[in-house]
Amino acid sequence: MKSLRNVNPKSFQEAARTLAADPKAMAVGGGSDLLQLLKEHTIAPDTLVNLKAIGGQDKIETHGNTLSIGALATLDSISHHAEVRQKYAVLAEAAGQVATPQIRNAGTIAGNVMQRPWCWYYRNNFPCYKNGGNTCFSITGENDFHAIFGGGPSFIVHPSDTAPALVALGARFKIQGANGTREVAAADFFQPPTVNPAKENSLAAGEVLTEITIPAPAKGTRSTYLKILDREAWTHAVVGVAAVLEMDGAMCKSARVVLSGVAPIPWRVPAVEQILAGQRITEDLLVRAGEKAVEGARPLAKNAYKVPLLRASVKQALRTASGVSA
Amino acid sequence: MKKISRRLFVEGTGAGIVAVAIPLEGQAQSAPAAPTTASNAPKTTIKLTINGQQRSMEVEDRWTLVEVLRDHLQLTGTKIGCDRGECGACTVLVNGKAVYSCSQLAVWMDGRTVQTIEGLAQGTKLDPLQTAFIEHDAPQCGYCTSGQLMAAKALLNSNPKPTREEVRAGMTGNLCRCSNYNHYVEAVMAAAGTLKSGGAA
Ligand SMILES: Cc1cc2nc3c(=O)[nH]c(=O)nc-3n(C[C@H](O)[C@H](O)[C@H](O)COP(=O)(O)OP(=O)(O)OC[C@H]3O[C@@H](n4cnc5c(N)ncnc54)[C@H](O)[C@@H]3O)c2cc1C
Ligand code: FES
Ligand code: FES
Repeated sequence: MKSLRNVNPKSFQEAARTLAADPKAMAVGGGSDLLQLLKEHTIAPDTLVNLKAIGGQDKIETHGNTLSIGALATLDSISHHAEVRQKYAVLAEAAGQVATPQIRNAGTIAGNVMQRPWCWYYRNNFPCYKNGGNTCFSITGENDFHAIFGGGPSFIVHPSDTAPALVALGARFKIQGANGTREVAAADFFQPPTVNPAKENSLAAGEVLTEITIPAPAKGTRSTYLKILDREAWTHAVVGVAAVLEMDGAMCKSARVVLSGVAPIPWRVPAVEQILAGQRITEDLLVRAGEKAVEGARPLAKNAYKVPLLRASVKQALRTASGVSA
Repeated sequence: MKKISRRLFVEGTGAGIVAVAIPLEGQAQSAPAAPTTASNAPKTTIKLTINGQQRSMEVEDRWTLVEVLRDHLQLTGTKIGCDRGECGACTVLVNGKAVYSCSQLAVWMDGRTVQTIEGLAQGTKLDPLQTAFIEHDAPQCGYCTSGQLMAAKALLNSNPKPTREEVRAGMTGNLCRCSNYNHYVEAVMAAAGTLKSGGAA
């Protein structure tokens, strides 16, 4: 591996200052994404700012009506946390379906939402948008796992399993910069490639994610994360559905549905949410929700299979989340 | 120590099951190995506990944990398959949790406790997992075995009586290119005492 320096900051502010002062420095959480990119020479930082050294930033706690998750909380601890499993099932299930036990033990929630795309052109150092170039090789190339929504100019799919769950739960991200803090809704944090095709979100150079907060779900809320893989484990979602439903018996009062594996950002589907709101869950409604979810899909040459897969997955995820055996 | 390891090596595919830390024997507790550092590369002195022994050593910041274990501490029982977090051969326990040692920098281990395959047996007494792996012919070529054992150890630490499904889920992070998965699952079930009679492979 290339020569580099590891620094151990004492606070997020110190970390942000180090990052702001040195453009060749990068933040690192568990390292499970960053070290692979380093070894492949996709990235070449001179300094790693080891956020684990800050200490005490991995807590999962309730403050009043809000769940607070420290940026360094591991996916394993989130997936096993009793309250998260009970009240925020979609997040526990998403975290628990990431990769393997070893990656969940190392991987942090901040690193999970910040991980870079797993597009094979990017990871194989093609000079694409993500590597600072000005093209997306998937458009005319091997695009089996690429976007069917929101693509262009880059057609990556956002790789995080927890990001769609966080967007569906209305989470907020707390961010530390060199000169202060800011807060942003998870839904606004992720940015389509039209904003900046080299990036996936609005985190600026010199900023770090410090905490994620989630409001208590409304009474009767049920949720689930459905992840479809091309093998049984250890890989990213081909298609994923984060569904959060506010239920009253068989009646769905309101819904948030966010997809993974299909777009360059966690892909919220308001049209699906609207046809569910105020309706009884029936087989017919679920069929229509599945149809709505794929409306406007624009598959590339090799990923049209995602359309029927998504249609069926949305239907199945909504059925599971609702608890109604329609 | 020598005797039992010899016996086991002869007995079967023991190579991956019992890794003997020969260079550690008789070495002063905190004696740093003699790492060969590039002169201008950033270095850090870390203190960590490896298989119950406290150590203080200077590492290059860029060294991965598995590099330090294998190349500088001669703990070669931990294997490198992919070096990319995609195979599990390098699995070790850090503070009791299974991680890929190819995907951790050694400098991050400061103040931590690392357990490798060399630390699994208690002296000459094999861990029940090691015995079960031998009895169930779990390894074929043995390359993935030390990683499989450490993943299984972590699983049983947190869930001493797993179901078959839980064993399968707990071991998903370890590939076996010989595809001996069923024997590995049987062996873990047997070690946990949860093997149903008649369920042996
Ligand atoms: C084989 C393999 C399979 C995988 N499968 C999946 C999967 O199925 N689903 C999935 O979601 N992920 C998957 N991952 C991706 C990922 O590595 C993990 O999910 C993990 O959560 C990343 O967290 P980390 O703390 O290790 O990140 P790191 O590697 O430490 O960091 C990742 C990125 O985030 C940045 N970063 C980290 N923390 C912060 C912070 N606090 N503020 C600002 N930036 C930060 C780093 O600079 C880096 O760019 C997989 C990875 C591998 C190697
Ligand atoms: S060598 Fe570490 S996972 Fe393969
Ligand atoms: S026994 Fe050969 S790789 Fe698993």
